[in-house]
Amino acid sequence: MMYNNEHFEPVITPNVNVPGCETIDFYVQKENGYKGLEKALKMKPAEVVDEVKKSNLRGRGGAGFPTGMKWSFMPANPVDANGNPKPKYLVCNADEGEPGTFKDRLIFTKTPHRMIEGMIIGGHAIGSNKGFIYIRGEWFKEIRLMQKALDDAYAKGFLGKNILGSGFNFDLVIYKGAGAYICGEETALLNSLEGKRGEPRLKPPFPAQVGAYGMPSCVNNVETFAAVPYIIDKGWEKYAKMGTERSGGTRMIGVSGHVNKPAVYELPMNLSINDIIEIAGGVKGGKLKAVIPGGASAPMLRADECHVLTDYDSLAKAGTMAGSGGLIVMNDTVNIVEATYTLLKFYEHESCGQCSQCREGSHWLARMFKRILDGGGTQDDLDYIAKICGNMAGQTICAFADAVTGPALSSVRKFRGEFEELVAKGGLKGIGKKESASHKLVGAHV
Amino acid sequence: MLSEKIKKTINGIRDQFPTEQALLLPILHEIQNEYGWVSMENMKAAGEFLNLPVSKVREVASFYTMYRLDPIGKVDVQICTNISCWLNGADKVLACAEKKLGIHHGQTTKDGKFTLTQVECLAACGTAPAVQINQDYFEQVDENMMESLIDQASRDLDAGKDVGKSTQKDGVWP
Repeated sequence: MMYNNEHFEPVITPNVNVPGCETIDFYVQKENGYKGLEKALKMKPAEVVDEVKKSNLRGRGGAGFPTGMKWSFMPANPVDANGNPKPKYLVCNADEGEPGTFKDRLIFTKTPHRMIEGMIIGGHAIGSNKGFIYIRGEWFKEIRLMQKALDDAYAKGFLGKNILGSGFNFDLVIYKGAGAYICGEETALLNSLEGKRGEPRLKPPFPAQVGAYGMPSCVNNVETFAAVPYIIDKGWEKYAKMGTERSGGTRMIGVSGHVNKPAVYELPMNLSINDIIEIAGGVKGGKLKAVIPGGASAPMLRADECHVLTDYDSLAKAGTMAGSGGLIVMNDTVNIVEATYTLLKFYEHESCGQCSQCREGSHWLARMFKRILDGGGTQDDLDYIAKICGNMAGQTICAFADAVTGPALSSVRKFRGEFEELVAKGGLKGIGKKESASHKLVGAHV
Repeated sequence: MLSEKIKKTINGIRDQFPTEQALLLPILHEIQNEYGWVSMENMKAAGEFLNLPVSKVREVASFYTMYRLDPIGKVDVQICTNISCWLNGADKVLACAEKKLGIHHGQTTKDGKFTLTQVECLAACGTAPAVQINQDYFEQVDENMMESLIDQASRDLDAGKDVGKSTQKDGVWP
């Protein structure tokens, strides 16, 4: 094995390169599919939650919250004001859209039943009879593939009434998003699922108390659900052993940008960023300059910092985050100010607009970066960037504002020289570069 | 007026959701798909159909980028210019499409055939640059491919074929 980890084996992607791997027959016959469900249905719900807790599975959407703990927050027998029982909902967050992240799409197209099985097990564990899969609306093809997978699972009796003769009922329904990055935030997703604007909610109350349609709800990421069948089928110990002390299992890392073999790789967590770049075929078109290790919101790292390991805790210690596992590699032909502006333009567009710090802050930051690129920047601007970021992070309803400051602050801290050069030489023109077509402020931006 | 087809589709999924408002995103999707944009008349009709005030329909429709509140061209060429695509030459693809169509992004050609749109991450970063034409994804797009995609779409349009809806089945949700 090329990895220095004897316990490692792919949990989610062992067969994603085999033709036909997305079908239910392949999953059942070749991958021991729905065996975890069979086992889980013979266990008490609390026992299933306990297995997941002990496996050290942490949420793969970005925040890395322990999944078993999230499940245990769900009330056992919730009742309304009149004493009638309330339904509980399980929600799958498939609103993948963090720039640099494309792992969930692979699960959707190559091994959808793993995720479906994980959701049914999750439904049993938290005592829910209904789940929603919230998928980003741009995925027309993926949505239809998922619907086909659901239809097949119903036909085989894994979904619907009295699943595998256990008396447990569970239904899954797809809900289409409509193009809003913020709907990946779990409370924004719940609002969107209710047919409202995707604006994040104040917490508390947490979704486990008041979630979708006012009912106790639990939201997990696609990859999180897809790991659950393995944990139940093979046992928590095997899964926990693969990972680090505080985080079990494997991670799906999407490597993109300037690498020779960009793709999703399922890897153990004791690899460094340099190792992962090597696995992805090395840097293309130049030498390594910077890496964004966990999707656009994660603060960037300089090439000399890339020996850091990619588990949650090591990356947090290095001042960045594991996030959603999107690793973006930039070579030395890239101008960091330009690259960061590309991201800020995105955040400016996607801020939901509820909190003024975020709505105005993301706009100001984008304008300042643009001004620096256009040659109108001043030395003071560089200090103002930090000031604006200080007024955004931690000041808003959700973590979006923190996410904006990730690239903005880290770029100016770690590559200040490039900012100063642009200020001194009058922008991109001064260093002999042309403005990017996508950075031109013409027409409307949708 | 909402078409019977839309009403039938929405009625077909009514019992899947606990509230009427939950059907608002689906109905707007259906309107967008059938008419190519979401007009004020259709927003009113959607509100009537779901017993929602039109203000509520409009506040939701204006929040999401997939609902177009103004008419656009028959073929929406959506080019991702976010970081991974940008690093891999999305800019050249965009510039090539702008030149070929003679418009900037955010604009529609005079003949009403094409709209060029700059979009944010399509979650296809591993196969960047990504382009979405109406509903269909195209990945690892370079300038040559962009030009031939536009040519092909133009020919299909003239022949009266649907463009960029290769996986769509009529009247089937989702």
